[in-house]
Amino acid sequence: MQAANGTVLRYGDNVDTDVIIPARYLATGDPAELAKHCMEDIDREFVTKVQRGDMIVAGKNFGCGSSREHAPIAIKASGISCVIAETFARIFYRNAINIGLPIVECKEASERIHAGDRVRVDFDTGIITDETTGETFRGQAFPPFMQKIIDSEGLINYINSK
Amino acid sequence: MGMTMTQKILAAHAGLSEVEAGQLIEADLDLVLGNDITAPVAIREMEKFRKEGVFDRDKIALVPDHFVPAKDIRSAENCKCVREFAKKNKITNYFEVGQMGIEHALLPEKGLIAPGDVVIGADSHTCTYGALGAFSTGVGSTDMAAGMTTGKAWFKVPSAIQFRLTGSLPPRVSGKDVILHIIGMIGVDGALYQSMEFTGEGVAALSMDDRFTIANMAIEAGAKNGIFPVDEQTLRYEREHGAAPGTVCAADPDAEYTRVIDIDLCALRPTVSFPHLPENARTFENIPDIRIDQVVIGSCTNGRISDLRAAAEILRGRHVTEGVRCIVIPATERIYLEAMEEGLLRIFIEAGAVVSTPTCGPCLGGYMGILAAGERCVSTTNRNFVGRMGDVSSEIYLASPATAAASAVTGRITDPTGF
Repeated sequence: MQAANGTVLRYGDNVDTDVIIPARYLATGDPAELAKHCMEDIDREFVTKVQRGDMIVAGKNFGCGSSREHAPIAIKASGISCVIAETFARIFYRNAINIGLPIVECKEASERIHAGDRVRVDFDTGIITDETTGETFRGQAFPPFMQKIIDSEGLINYINSK
Repeated sequence: MGMTMTQKILAAHAGLSEVEAGQLIEADLDLVLGNDITAPVAIREMEKFRKEGVFDRDKIALVPDHFVPAKDIRSAENCKCVREFAKKNKITNYFEVGQMGIEHALLPEKGLIAPGDVVIGADSHTCTYGALGAFSTGVGSTDMAAGMTTGKAWFKVPSAIQFRLTGSLPPRVSGKDVILHIIGMIGVDGALYQSMEFTGEGVAALSMDDRFTIANMAIEAGAKNGIFPVDEQTLRYEREHGAAPGTVCAADPDAEYTRVIDIDLCALRPTVSFPHLPENARTFENIPDIRIDQVVIGSCTNGRISDLRAAAEILRGRHVTEGVRCIVIPATERIYLEAMEEGLLRIFIEAGAVVSTPTCGPCLGGYMGILAAGERCVSTTNRNFVGRMGDVSSEIYLASPATAAASAVTGRITDPTGF
């Protein structure tokens, strides 16, 4: 996976895993079914407006709260190609890497990208381009070890390949 | 340069003489935990591993506690998945309904956590065991699967914030008020990727149950872990619960902290976190008259015996006011039994509260106390996010067991100090 390209859905600070996927849907681990309720308690229209390849751009501490891996699974299964945030909560950060959901930390991009902008993220260089405004930003690069997990498309493939 | 308590534990488990903040390490695990929500996802992931089976059947704990006794058919299927996996892999520490409890109250009670251990659990409140001087942290299901298979996990060594505690808590003020105060001070991402290390002479004045409550909510400040030094009280608790001796680690005198915060326990007051973030902490001079519909006393944060005693002290001889439901949930079977023998259950029932078997149920909006549109709940649980306990327009006010009990009596958010 070299790059992602999509339209932005915008959210604020402290988007927690309860609003990403409420516990009333946790009785299943099925990605397609979780995707049907993704972001339900913060944005009821999310599931109808999201298109494959779209990106989420949010503020600080994205994915705080419960460790439920159902949250990044629901986001990935709903077609989101990348989540850009100023910071991520630490368990969500790990989970996203472990299941192969691309995430980028970038304060400037988080502040300046608007809902509806077309954005391109180059994962090799970490460059984020807002094609609507023409602005570019540099996301924080992953340490090589995490990059290997990402390149293996998740922790299990990485461990199997060792 | 000196190491923090957390760094010392991690170094010892990575086979290194020292580590520093930001370093990526692979550590050996002493215990891997999962529940009925997270373990089924991990179990399915494990099928993708080339290596079969578990690394050590004695070092895995499986605790169905979120939606048990099963709330619906799908929950029952999840429990069945965990039960069959435990049987197939001869997991020593599988706890069925009847022996189970809320995982983070149960594991210390069963003596499964020793000081100096490294523990991961597929539940964010796994950080609770820092109260026993262990490094423990919440992870997702894939990390749990990898941990169960390989016995190892990767970590980025955290930097730390030091909390220097002095004094002792006034009456009706508890560990819950301490941690809500701290989260109010530093914010829900105030300790992002960091350890919260609690130190100072004030630690000795905190009961083990208070320490469990404080460490439990470190995640609510974004922390990787919360940890307490091991003292006489810790060692007594561990002896009484049959834990292994473990390895007592202490921070180096020259350990580096990114921030040092002094907390005078004497100055703390009953604290309530307003919707919809735990950081919205207020003391009663800033709390208006707010009517409530429900009270929940329980959870991995506040379902221990001293929590039930604190609530019973207030409810003894009083009555839950008309129009309010009060739900009390002892966190484990042993706590349930203790509460029964001490007469606490009678106090709750005579006060008009309902007493449930151990479950996480209402805390995460699972069952056993879901909120309708616009309803308000004073809860001793740990999160007050939008929709966490029910309808998106419902409101959760986080508080101590004493504050929750006092509020059940008056039907309003109430300072327990006057009771």
